[in-house]
Formats: sequence, C-alpha cells, structure tokens
Amino acid sequence: MPQPPAQPMSKATKHVSINEGLLFERSAAGKRGMELPPLDVPAVDAVRELGAEYARGPVEGFPEVSEIEMIRHFTRLSTWNYAIDLGMYPLGSCTMKYNPRVNEHVARLEGLATEHPLQPVELSQGCLRILRTLERFLLEVTGMDAITLEPCAGAQGEYAGIAMIRAYLASQGNPRKRVLVPDSAHGTNPATAVTAGYEVLNIRSDATGRIDLSHLAEYANEDVAALMVTNPNTLGTFEKDIARAAEVLHARGALLYMDGANMNALAGVARPGDFGVDVMHMNLHKTFSTPHGGGGPGAGPVAVKQHLEPFLPIPVLAEKADGTLGWDSNRPKTIGRLRAFYGNFGVLVRALAYALAYGPGMVEATRDAVLNANYIRKKLEDVYDLPYKQPCMHEVVFSDARQKKNGVNTMDIAKRLIDYGFHPYTTAFPLIVPGALMIEPTESESRLELDLFVEAMRSIAAEAAESPELVKTAPHSTRVGRLDEVAAARKPVLRWTPRDVPAR
Amino acid sequence: MYPAKFKYSQEHEWVSLEGQTATIGITDYAQNSLGDVVFVELPKVGAKFSAGQTIGTVESVKAVSEIYTPVTIEITEVNGALAGAPEQLNKDPHGTAWLVKGKASNAGELAKLMDAAAYEAFIAAKEKEAGH
Amino acid sequence: MRYLPKSDAERRAILDELGLSSVDELFASIPEDCRLKRPLDVPGPLSEKEIIDYFRARAGENAAGYTSFLGAGVYNHLRSVVADSLLQRGEFLTSYTPYQAEISQGTLQAIFEFQTLMCQLTGQEVANASMYDGSTATAEAAMMAVRLTGRRRLVISRALHPEYRQVVDTYARDLGLEVAEAAFVPASGQTDAGAVRAAADGQTAAVIVQSPNFLGVVEPVAEFAEIAHGPGALLVTAVAEAMSLGAVRPPAEADIVAMEAQSLGLAPSYGGPFAGVIATREKYVRQMPGRLAGEARDAHGRRGFVLTLATREQHIRREKATSNICTNQALCALAVTMHLALVGKAGMAEMAAQNLAKARYAVAEMEKLPGVRRAFTGPYFNEVTLEFPRSVRMINHELKRQRILGPLPLGPYFPEQTKRGLLCVTELHSRQEIDRLAAATRTVLESLGVGAREEVSSRAER
Repeated sequence: MPQPPAQPMSKATKHVSINEGLLFERSAAGKRGMELPPLDVPAVDAVRELGAEYARGPVEGFPEVSEIEMIRHFTRLSTWNYAIDLGMYPLGSCTMKYNPRVNEHVARLEGLATEHPLQPVELSQGCLRILRTLERFLLEVTGMDAITLEPCAGAQGEYAGIAMIRAYLASQGNPRKRVLVPDSAHGTNPATAVTAGYEVLNIRSDATGRIDLSHLAEYANEDVAALMVTNPNTLGTFEKDIARAAEVLHARGALLYMDGANMNALAGVARPGDFGVDVMHMNLHKTFSTPHGGGGPGAGPVAVKQHLEPFLPIPVLAEKADGTLGWDSNRPKTIGRLRAFYGNFGVLVRALAYALAYGPGMVEATRDAVLNANYIRKKLEDVYDLPYKQPCMHEVVFSDARQKKNGVNTMDIAKRLIDYGFHPYTTAFPLIVPGALMIEPTESESRLELDLFVEAMRSIAAEAAESPELVKTAPHSTRVGRLDEVAAARKPVLRWTPRDVPAR
Repeated sequence: MYPAKFKYSQEHEWVSLEGQTATIGITDYAQNSLGDVVFVELPKVGAKFSAGQTIGTVESVKAVSEIYTPVTIEITEVNGALAGAPEQLNKDPHGTAWLVKGKASNAGELAKLMDAAAYEAFIAAKEKEAGH
Repeated sequence: MRYLPKSDAERRAILDELGLSSVDELFASIPEDCRLKRPLDVPGPLSEKEIIDYFRARAGENAAGYTSFLGAGVYNHLRSVVADSLLQRGEFLTSYTPYQAEISQGTLQAIFEFQTLMCQLTGQEVANASMYDGSTATAEAAMMAVRLTGRRRLVISRALHPEYRQVVDTYARDLGLEVAEAAFVPASGQTDAGAVRAAADGQTAAVIVQSPNFLGVVEPVAEFAEIAHGPGALLVTAVAEAMSLGAVRPPAEADIVAMEAQSLGLAPSYGGPFAGVIATREKYVRQMPGRLAGEARDAHGRRGFVLTLATREQHIRREKATSNICTNQALCALAVTMHLALVGKAGMAEMAAQNLAKARYAVAEMEKLPGVRRAFTGPYFNEVTLEFPRSVRMINHELKRQRILGPLPLGPYFPEQTKRGLLCVTELHSRQEIDRLAAATRTVLESLGVGAREEVSSRAER
C-alpha cells in the first residue's frame, strides 16, 4: 500500500461532530458524570479491610468527563453509523427488518428488567410464562416438538443442535464421524461441526444451486451423522428435494439439521418439522426483529423432534402438576448447560412482543418479504448478471460478471452504494457464486424505498460502464475513506494508551 | 517465472533440495491468491513432519491458508525475518521469503512433485476453470 | 399491519410488474407436501397497547417490590437513565455488525473504547469486544489455553461459580478434555493452593480460579499464577462481579481473564443479555476468540477503526476457526461503555467503596444475631457467606413474607455447606433495608426457636 499523504483532518472538515476523539482524549482530571447518593453507613478503609496486597486505587486511565460531554460524545458517534431506522440494509441472510419500539419499552418494564435469575421460582412466574408462550409460538411456526431458548445466538444454537445429534447417535451406539455441509453454507456451519467433534465434508450444489441429491446419496453412509442445510438456501431458493433428502438420511440413521437463518421466507408458509427436519435453530435477531445493536445480543433457540427431546440443554422449562412453571435440571441425557442462567431473556421478551403483534398474520410479512426480493430481481436482472434465473424467495443473488469486464467488482459496487445512502448488500458470499451480490430487502421496505434502491443500483451499473474509477475508489461521501485493514492486521492497535496522540 | 530448480506441490508450495537440506516456501500464485499477507505462523525448530502434514499458516486480511510440507522433513531453521515483515512473502516468495529449512532424506518424494513447466501448466488450467 | 409499509394497491402494482396475479405464485417452488395449509395457531395480533398490557401483567407476577440480597453472578447496581436514553438511539440500536467500517465508525470507536476500558479494569494488555457472558467467556478462555499449550487437562477451583463450571464441563466433554477439581480451604474460603499445586502437572493447559469466588472470597491471583506456570500451565481468572475491580487489585498476573461485565450498567433482566469479556496478553491475541476493533488509517491519514484479525473467526476459517462465535453482545458492551464513561474514575472508586462499606455494615448487623457469623476468613468485596443456626431455606421462606429475598442457600451447590447462605449487599441497599433484613431475620430466628444460649456460644467462638 502506498504511504498516505499527510493531510490533516482540519483541511477536510471542521465540524465538531466529525472530529470527536476517544473518550480518553476528552478526559480531564477531576471531572465526573455521575454522582452517588451519600453513604449512609460508616465508611471503611479498603486497605485495612482487604489487606494491602488486595486493595487497589482508582482505575488508571478511566474516563473523566462530565454528563454533557458524555452525551455529546455518544450522540456524535451515533451520527457516524448507518442504521435500519435511516434506510434499507439489503444484506442477504441477515433479515434487517424494522425493530419495533414497543419491544424496547416492554423489555425495560419494572418487574421484567429487574428480575434476578436465582430468585424463587414462585416469584418468577411472569418471566416463565413469557418464555413458555414464546416456546409455543416458535414450535407452531417451526412444526417441531420441543425447544430450548437458552442459546445466545445462532452459532451457539447450531452448536447445541449438533451436540444433541451427537448425543442421540451416541445413545444409539455410535456417534459417527462426519457432518455433510453444502458448499453454499454460512461459515458457522462447518465451524460448529468441528467444535462439536466432527469432520466436515462439503457437498456440491447442482446447476440450479440446490443440493445435488445424487451426491448426497453417494456421501451419506454409516459414518455420516447429519446434513446441515439452510432452507431456503443462501441463493434464496427452496430446497425442493429436502423431504427426499431427509428420507435418504433417515434411512441410513443420519439426521437432518436445518439452519433457520432464512426462516423469513417460510414463517406461516412452510414448517421445517413438516418436511423432515430433526433439529433446527432460529435467529431471533433476524426473523423475529430483535435489534442487531451493532452486532448483538441475539438469541438462537433450538427446536427438535421428540426423539431428541431428552438431550436438550439444561435447565428445561417445565410445567408442574399444579400448573406452575419451573426449571428442570434432572435430565440424565442432557448435553449439558450452554451458559449460566436461562438465556438472553431481554431478547426473548422482544421476540415475543414482535410475535404477538403479528399473531397468525405473520404469514403476511413472509409474503411481502418474498414479493420485495422478486421485485428487486426483476428490476435489476437486465443490468446485473443473474446466475440462477428462477424466481427467488426472500433474497436474490446477482454476480459482478458484467462489471468485472471494466475491473469493477462486487466490493467496489457495494462501497459506491454507500454514497447513495444505502448500506452495502452482502459481498462475495455465497462462495459458490464468484463475485456475489446477495440482496435481502425484507418486508420492512416500502415501494418507494425499493425504487430508490433499484435506482441507485442501476446508476452504479452505468457508472461501472462509463466511469469505473468513480466506483473503484468509493465511498466518497463518508467521514473516513477505505481504511487500511492490512496495516491494521499486521500491527494491531487494539486499545488506547496514554502516549497516543489524537488524529488531528 | 517459476525457478527451474524448484519442485512444486498441488497446494502451491515449492521445495528446493540441496544435499540433505530442503527449503520450503509458497509460490507466487499462492501469495497472489491470498492478497496482502499480515501474519505467518511457522513451526518450531526440531519439529518433524511427514509429507502432506500442516506445518504452519499464512494469513491475509481475508483468508488463511495452511502450509503443507511436500516432503518428510525435520525442521532445522525457520525464517525469522517474516515475523516483523510478513509482506516480504508478497514481494519475494521464491527467494528471501522462504519459510523453513530442514533435513529431508526421501528423494523419492520429490519425484512425485511437479517441475516448473508442469506447475505452470497446472495453474494455467486452474485459472481457465475459474473463468478468469 | 402497521409494520408492513405497503398498501394492497402497491402490492398489486408490483405483482403486475412481475407479470403475476398472486404472491402465491412466488411460492410455487415449495412442493405441495411441504406447505402449511392452515393459519398459524398462535395468539395475536395485538395492538401496541395490548402488547404493553400483556407484559405489564407478566411483570406483576414476579418479584417487583421485593428487596433482594441476591448476587451469585448477577448484581444489582446503580444505572443511569442518561446511558439508557442514548442506547435507544436508532443509530446504535438498529445498526448492523460493523463489517462496513466507513458507515459504522460510531459502533467501532465505541468498541475500541470498550476494549480499552476492559484492559484498564483487568490489568491486561488486550481485550475483545465481548463474548456472550461470563460463563461462556470462561469456557472459551479454557479452550484458548488448550490451543496455546497444546495440552488437554484443566484444573478448576471448586469455588468457581457452579453454573460457570457446568458450562466449562459441557465444552470440555465435547473436546475430550480431562477436568480435575481443586478444593477450597474450609477456614479461609480461598482455593487450596496445595491442592492446585498437586493437580497442575505437565499435561495441564489451565488452572481456573474465580475472584472474588462464588463464596464471595477474594483469591490470591498472583500466587495461583506462579503455581500454574510452574509446570507450564496458564492461569485463567474468572471475574463474575466486575464492580469488585473498582476496589480490588486486578488479576494482572493471570494469563487470561474471563469476565462478566453485567455489573457495569446492565440490568439483571432475569439472567440476560449480558456481556462477557476475554482479556489477555498481547502475545496471545491471535488465539483469542470474539470480535476485535483495531485502529486504522485511510488514504488521507484520518484515524478510524475496523474489525480486525477476523481470520480467526468463523466466516473466513470455516473448519479451522478458533470458535464458532459469530455475534458479540455489542449493544450490551456499548451500554457498559456509556455507563463507565458517566461513572468515570472517581465514580468507580466511590461506588466500589460504598459496596465495601455497605457489605461490612450488613455483616456487622447480621453477626449481632444469635448463631449468625461470617463463614470464611478470606477477604471479601460485596458478597459474603454467612452461617446461620437454622436452614437458610427455612429462613428465606419466612423472609419472603416480609418481601425480602434473603441470602442464596449454598447447600444445593455444596452439600457440606448447609446452613450457609451467600449475602450480597451493594451501593443500592439503603441502611434501612439492611436494618430491616437484620430485624426480620432476628424475628424469624426467634420464631424458629433460636435462643440466647446460641448467641453466647457463637460469640465465644470468635
């Protein structure tokens, strides 16, 4: 990489919102942002109470700012972010839909936000009833028999699912060695299989982008524990042979795991439990609207068929004879505990609030999601290469094949999209489509918003043909340009230290 | 472009044998596929590997690649310069950015590897397959 | 439906453009036998008001209005409304993982600040942008030690939070790791150094000790680091009560710290979502799981931040990933960052000092009761194990009628620790509430037949 010219930021802009430094660079000794009620019991001397070898003075380097400075700091930072509240995120398989505000309100209620997980169960029936209602809702949507809400995210849910498969097969006498994963799968799938102690074998997709059934039949032997499938797959197409695939697997004593990341195309329309899935996870921060919050928290419930129920992680939510709810950890075949306490309760509250808002009408969201994706497919198929021509479900995958001729790739197009006020789509995934543009609008987009997106993409396609440099050096309108990730990875600087000089 | 005195593996390593000492590196094709290298993980001196085993990794911003030894080897030297300057691997993969040296005694293994012409044909075929 | 921004007319217009007469045609690729042919049998739809009413009703069926003295991994501390109002800004709440750095600088800079704060608190050189929680962070730290040392044995203190332990056991079992337990000393409540020394051998990847531990006792971290390093193992220190680091010396000698940051600005929320953190030495950074934000420059030399060292993560390494973790707890970590920005250096010290003071006041008041005494001699922060002359469960049953949630009974976790309970007192407990606890407990003990004679004998023991 060439050395960057030393151009001080003050030449670029003088706006205070742009120049906000780190908290530590804003600090000045003696300032504080929060005051405590006075101590109403005798003060104690820490050194005397703890002993000199255990006591500590004030934390070196901790911020020292006033309340107004703290508010300005974070408010300014917030203006540097893109967000769903600002506009569309066309990210494939992320399902960036509207995060309803009432969900935030109810999660913060006194009596929900305040509850301690180890308080007596008889004083937690409200929390437990929320969980039970969500469990029932998710079981109805997935068509499965039993569920755990404990996993903190999709990846942890996947791990639990594969661990349960392993435990089930072990209880039958042989845990087996291998898990099959399509080459279009999300990266967590093979990583999970390995974490759970399996080898991974990639199976190929056919010309329509679906799992090659003959390839599966060839590979599915007595060493194979499971096939992990996403349905619809990462190309946005329904795996029409999935019931047949389930039969092939079950005939050889193997199981079918479904990654539920794309449930936004199925909720209310088709249920995985009805087409042969033995175990699946859901991503509540996708299909069920819980906020991404810059990267989490999420929740990844895992739903199973009855034969896997004994292996659920502990504790399991159970109804007692008197009708009250409680936690059952007396489960000899459990795969164990995945995390302390019960799961991301605050996230689960939000998911239930979303579910109750729709009720059976959730199918309308699914229909709108699929309609929107196909609208985009139709409006862009003449300017972007569409490797798989059939109608898609909730997401559509283009490739940069045409733009590549001018040296413009999917990453460049994505960066240029930022200048039009949109977040990029998913670039370079799935891996089976070289130079992929993976677009999922979700049901939360109005016609107007979709048209703006289409217009932006068409404009960029024209730019790629007529003035490719403009696209290759994008974005041009952001606070910082493309950052040197190579240098950042070679000599990582992962924290502020006092001798750092602010970038002025 | 590809030194005639090297032998090449299908995983894009090169090996050069002088007497009993083998030197191993990755090819120009490999470094180009990876992109800017940010980190190289190498084995310890004294470690022993059979042909085909993983001896380390090369990391770029977007990918990590295993390094497989094309021959059975006992490591006697690793290239310490790469720790502070991993970018050398992009600049001179066939020369100063060698990865390891060691004792290799199985000349028969070398016969199974490609010579420079065969390797060039191999990567040409790969590029065609990928539609570049 | 209010969340769907299209009118029926707009839907029809789109269908016309697609040359279709119904959305059903777009689902044609789903085989008949895979389809659901009836409406979902679920409650709803509910309007906004009905949703609020539903959850208010559930909130009324819990423990609101009770005074709780529970800790054990989840702590009630002062939180500011200022932080919460900022957290609800749409640009923070509804933004995605910051893979596109140019339009995520708000999130990325906040993560960088969070990483810095965690280093300052723990005395370590690098920290990640959060794990799911303290229990999974501990399990991930153990696996990190296994990767770093190439060894397959763990020595775990019996005083590690039992639920953290269960999580470590789950992951260890799957990897086929050997787990040995080191007892704690009955008098001090600290992990038995001799037991650790005996158990940590040339096969041991990590010694795992929590401080303050589950019994509330602060552990001598430096000593355990030395013991672990002897045979070449690493020391993992778990921290469940992050507020303790405002008054207690940080575990700087540990090789890896696995911390729960819930105490620092997150609501108890019936157990989640929280924010785990792994902090460690710079030389181990490439084996550390989880997201990391690093400083970077653009072509004009402007400073920004990017997710870095991503090749450790699942989306690139696939089968060879250091962990399969994908999300972090970004919004929770942001809440912690905001909280600490407000609390600041002086506030953190003051808050921790108040915890020390209030806990000691509570212990003094409780020890005035017949047969009640501190069970362990080791130093404590804001949690302490008290011994009672009667079953803690029975006592709590009566305290509940007074709308008090008493100390956590330890019997279910440690069979020999019957009649012992874990009492947690924070800056949020007023003197009156503590006095009420003592008075109510005194009444309960009297009703259970505990008399003056026990008072005399327990005083004589001191």
